[in-house]
Amino acid sequence: MPNMIELSYREALQKGIVEEMERDQNVFLMGEDIGRYQGTFKVTRGLVEKFGQRDNRYNLRILDTPITEAGFAGIATGAAMAGLRPIVEFMTMSFSILALDQIINHTAKIHYMTNGVVKCPIVFRGPGGAAKQLSAQHSHSMEGWYAHVPGLKVLAPSTPADVYGMMKSAVRDDNPVILYENPGLYAIKGMVPEDDAAFTVPIGKAAILREGKDISLVGYSRMTQINLEVAELLAKDGIDAEVVDVRSLLPLDTETIYASVKKTHRAVVVYEDWRSGGFGAEIAARIGEDCFDDLDAPVLRVGGLNVPMPYARNLELQCIPDADDVLAAVRKAF
Amino acid sequence: MSNLTEEFPSISSNDLKQYLREMLFIRRFEEQCNIAYRAGLAGGYMHTYIGMEALASGWINSIRKGYDYVITAYRDHAHALLLGTDAVAVMAEIIGRKGGTAGGKGGSMHIYDPENGFYGGWGIVGGHVPLGAGLAYAARYRNEDRVVLNFMGDGAANQGVVYETLNMASLYDLPCIFIVENNEFAMGTRLEYHAADPELWKRGQPYNMKCERVDGMDVIQMRKDAQRIIDWVRENQKPYWVEVMTYRYAGHGAADNDRQLYRTKEEEEVAWARDPIARLRKYLIENNIMSEEAIEAVEAETEAEALAVLEKAKESPFPDTDEVYDNIYTDMTPEKGH
Ligand SMILES: Cc1ncc(C[n+]2csc(CCOP(=O)(O)OP(=O)(O)O)c2C)c(N)n1
Ligand SMILES: [Mg+2]
Repeated sequence: MPNMIELSYREALQKGIVEEMERDQNVFLMGEDIGRYQGTFKVTRGLVEKFGQRDNRYNLRILDTPITEAGFAGIATGAAMAGLRPIVEFMTMSFSILALDQIINHTAKIHYMTNGVVKCPIVFRGPGGAAKQLSAQHSHSMEGWYAHVPGLKVLAPSTPADVYGMMKSAVRDDNPVILYENPGLYAIKGMVPEDDAAFTVPIGKAAILREGKDISLVGYSRMTQINLEVAELLAKDGIDAEVVDVRSLLPLDTETIYASVKKTHRAVVVYEDWRSGGFGAEIAARIGEDCFDDLDAPVLRVGGLNVPMPYARNLELQCIPDADDVLAAVRKAF
Repeated sequence: MSNLTEEFPSISSNDLKQYLREMLFIRRFEEQCNIAYRAGLAGGYMHTYIGMEALASGWINSIRKGYDYVITAYRDHAHALLLGTDAVAVMAEIIGRKGGTAGGKGGSMHIYDPENGFYGGWGIVGGHVPLGAGLAYAARYRNEDRVVLNFMGDGAANQGVVYETLNMASLYDLPCIFIVENNEFAMGTRLEYHAADPELWKRGQPYNMKCERVDGMDVIQMRKDAQRIIDWVRENQKPYWVEVMTYRYAGHGAADNDRQLYRTKEEEEVAWARDPIARLRKYLIENNIMSEEAIEAVEAETEAEALAVLEKAKESPFPDTDEVYDNIYTDMTPEKGH
């Protein structure tokens, strides 16, 4: 067993980034305000001192970019085509919308359009979903948009250990990977291997965070934390919920999800993105298609309200799924 | 003998003969592409380089082939051929065959050959320009002295992402040459109708970048200007913005069957007087480098070669249906089935 250390999600993420940069000279970071300003959510705190110099006009390994998302996503993609392994931070995933042409029309297509001749090992990461009162233009959950695109891999870890291990797997992967971080997770704490640089969490494997036999609560990213909370509440009512942490949206580990549903015969899929057309709808559809005979109730979804994110705190909280919303769905399933 | 040998760069008579052969081959190759398109062998969007041969020839003959990086948009056959990509593989790609440069998955707009330094082959107007700067970033990161030829059209030169890229290329000292192939049209829209200031050469100026306009219809002049600029960029590790004046005689693409919608026959006739191949041909004869007969022989040979290329490409089978899932990823396939 490796030594374990308690870290926040933010610290664990940085630990993964730093270890990969130390392991491989080809790994570098780029993004807005990630160097001198230490990152908007402080994920890259201290890294400019470690991998560059504050006074340099620019540092090639930790590159502060202008506010030009399409441009730097494209430059990173070109660098990846030539063999570097960029990690690109979007200040928020909402801003990655400006880079969608690069990511979808270019990055995601390179390996296929060249029939495997050109690889594009690159990670795009950043916070997605609601933070706190950032309102309609800063609160998008983009993971479902990306998980729609063949050629990309999409990860949405919910714990410090997973974000640490998945960040490392993402960097080592030879394909473009989107790492979706919910800002509500940055401060949560958990145990992480302290000095095991070889530790990784595989891409494409869901995790059962709590075993149960009565209902499967399927979610990813921050919603997994909600599901854990709900499972505890349900236990008091004598309902034994299983919490499935999807972790990887593309590829999707349907095996683990289906095995859980076949055991519990009930499923609620929880996601923060807009309920209509969000990635949870895809998970629900697949369970419905492939586990129909095992189900004792319709597959239910709990998603974000289908509205642009409002500013007022009470309205914002109304939009984001919470434990009560999940509990209400669970009740419908029985 | 050529009077060029005293000049920089030294261009020998043999070089000039080679340029003529290459330019003729490109033109004949493109004509075969059009034939293939009309015969229903090639489909989709296909754009030829007819009229612009001197431009790519001058630039690509000035780089270290296979070491320096080249990237362009969808009008990409000539760049690949000049870099040494197998012409049969290029043609096979254009007609969607297994033996194509991308196994039939790319088509005319997406030719790639990284072994020869060619990174495509891109269909979103202006979208590949940051990728080219990224190639330069990699070269700079690894302390190599590669340069990047980053070609784009005059229409592409209006895209926002191009200017995001110029800013960063200059900010980070990237050895990237932005080459605007100004053929006077963006599809059916004339330069004056799409550019507020048609002097596109100025557009690098706000980014603290060296800029100029050069002639792309005279291969000798193109070759000299290209070498001078490439040497400067390699030496100084800074980007450069170049507007190159050229003209496409063909339609925008194979699907453009009415050029009169945007220009007159008379205009085309005037433009034909600048034909880069006729110009080089004349130069070679006047300077006693090649005889009329010798040139005619090369014309016949390149014509036969281009024809043979199409015939050979046709022998390549269509891709197997089970290849459809191959190479979306390096290590997995997405969910299969409808
Ligand atoms: C983003 C985008 N918008 C529109 C098109 C359709 N389109 C393809 S080529 C073209 C004209 C581009 O002209 P230019 O950049 O001058 O290149 P040229 O074809 O002259 O080589 C247009 C509008 C496209 N491919 N991509
Ligand atoms: Mg044009």
